Amino acid sequence: MELKGRKIFGGKTGGEALVTKDGISFYGGIDPETGNVVEKGHELEGQSVAGKVLVFPEGKGSTVGSYVMYNLKKRGKAPAAIINAECETIVAVGCIISEIPCVDKVDITQLKTGMKVEVDADNGTVKAE
Amino acid sequence: MELTQEEKEMLSGKQGKAVGKSMEILTALGEMFGAEKLIDVKSVQIAGVSYHNLEEAGLEFLEKMAKDGKVKVFTTLNPAGMDLEEWKKLGISEDFAEKQLKVIDAFAKMGVKTTCTCTPYLIGNRPAQGDHIAWSESSAVCFANSVVGAYTNREGGPSAIASALTGKTPEFGMHLDENRQAAVEVKVSANIESFTDWGALGHAIGEKAGKKIPLITGIVKENADEDKLKIFSASIATYAGLALYHIGGVTPNETAMPSESVEVTQQDIENSKKFLNDAESVDIVAVGCPHCSMNELKKIAELLEGKKVNKEFWICVSREVANEAKKQGLVEKIEASGAKIARDTCMAVAPLKGRFKGLATNSAKAVFYGRGKNDFKTIFCDLEECVEKAVE
Repeated sequence: MELKGRKIFGGKTGGEALVTKDGISFYGGIDPETGNVVEKGHELEGQSVAGKVLVFPEGKGSTVGSYVMYNLKKRGKAPAAIINAECETIVAVGCIISEIPCVDKVDITQLKTGMKVEVDADNGTVKAE
Repeated sequence: MELTQEEKEMLSGKQGKAVGKSMEILTALGEMFGAEKLIDVKSVQIAGVSYHNLEEAGLEFLEKMAKDGKVKVFTTLNPAGMDLEEWKKLGISEDFAEKQLKVIDAFAKMGVKTTCTCTPYLIGNRPAQGDHIAWSESSAVCFANSVVGAYTNREGGPSAIASALTGKTPEFGMHLDENRQAAVEVKVSANIESFTDWGALGHAIGEKAGKKIPLITGIVKENADEDKLKIFSASIATYAGLALYHIGGVTPNETAMPSESVEVTQQDIENSKKFLNDAESVDIVAVGCPHCSMNELKKIAELLEGKKVNKEFWICVSREVANEAKKQGLVEKIEASGAKIARDTCMAVAPLKGRFKGLATNSAKAVFYGRGKNDFKTIFCDLEECVEKAVE
């Protein structure tokens, strides 16, 4: 299946999808040292975003979240790519400064955790199987 | 988005790597929000200064941007994680202090005025009505848009740096008049007079009107001085997520009367105050969120005269205002009581977790961050009572 979206930050990469219907706050919601989701009651609580194609509707919380993404990247714990329904400024800026490929305006209901996903952010396309 | 020849060159990296990265951020945000062009800004306020929030990689990013990035417009900084000179008296570790000073050095290298305050408008970074600016720090954004009548979106740290190094911001959101109209009338039947009334009003509006831009009516102009609007801006930005509000007969922006309306009653204000109070005892008292003005320092000095405090008592303030207060003998008077003047920092960004349990404050915003970041229980009370708590 191929899904069409919009480039936020370019690059080509692939990986296993980690999908949630919950918004993600990188500041306070993800441990910058481990990449584990630590927000209480979050659908992904206890799971690591490291190396995954992380799929969530949109970012939330403090703008400091952009720096948390940069910290994750430097520690090798960042997602390989991010797919949003609707990207907002915290995640967009985080992806740009951390150079994480990011696509939004994708129908994320088509994606399931565990799928093999290829992201071509330059062209805004997502292939999943 | 249409870019000028110069902007295209900036994006391509011809003016250096930092400018190139900055233009990447600004153009991506512009495209996301449907901006047609970039516009010039008069000043910038950068958040994300405390090492507590930035950590090692954040510092690394700043040092990278400082290699060849220089500010093009007047730029000031949000509070840091400590008093930049007298950090020892606030119980800050050597290691933290060393890292925090590196952060400040990186900003200084970019040409940023390294005054660390959430109230840049009190220390010379005060825009004129109608000026376009790129500010982060939600309380200052709300104050600049609503009380001053300037135009700014709620920037994050990196996007504010991007505007500082290019002098530009994408034209969308709060920069366009059509997005600045009130969407709901908030009829206030409660008596709004004290600082805590104003703080509670910010919380109550968040509960009742959500994220809609309010036109607040029923406020007595004499009860809405700048210090109160400062603390209200912080509260409504925190609890309603707003970048702009209007108050009939008080704020300078023009807006039509919305058709939708909600009421805030005395009971709503009492409920909000109840929500903001959950501590039985306190071991730290802190005021100055946002940073205190000269008038507030005068009042604090009067209240503390002849008294000794028995608890940690922080009075958070910008270095400029503290220097001015020192000339008038106010700092000496306040410190004679044992209270601490905390310059360049505040209770929301300093590393306080684990050191204290119960916070008394007159700021609704400080309640939110005290609870969320530091696991404090809180007492929300006016200045007079804060001083009583500190001396008891």
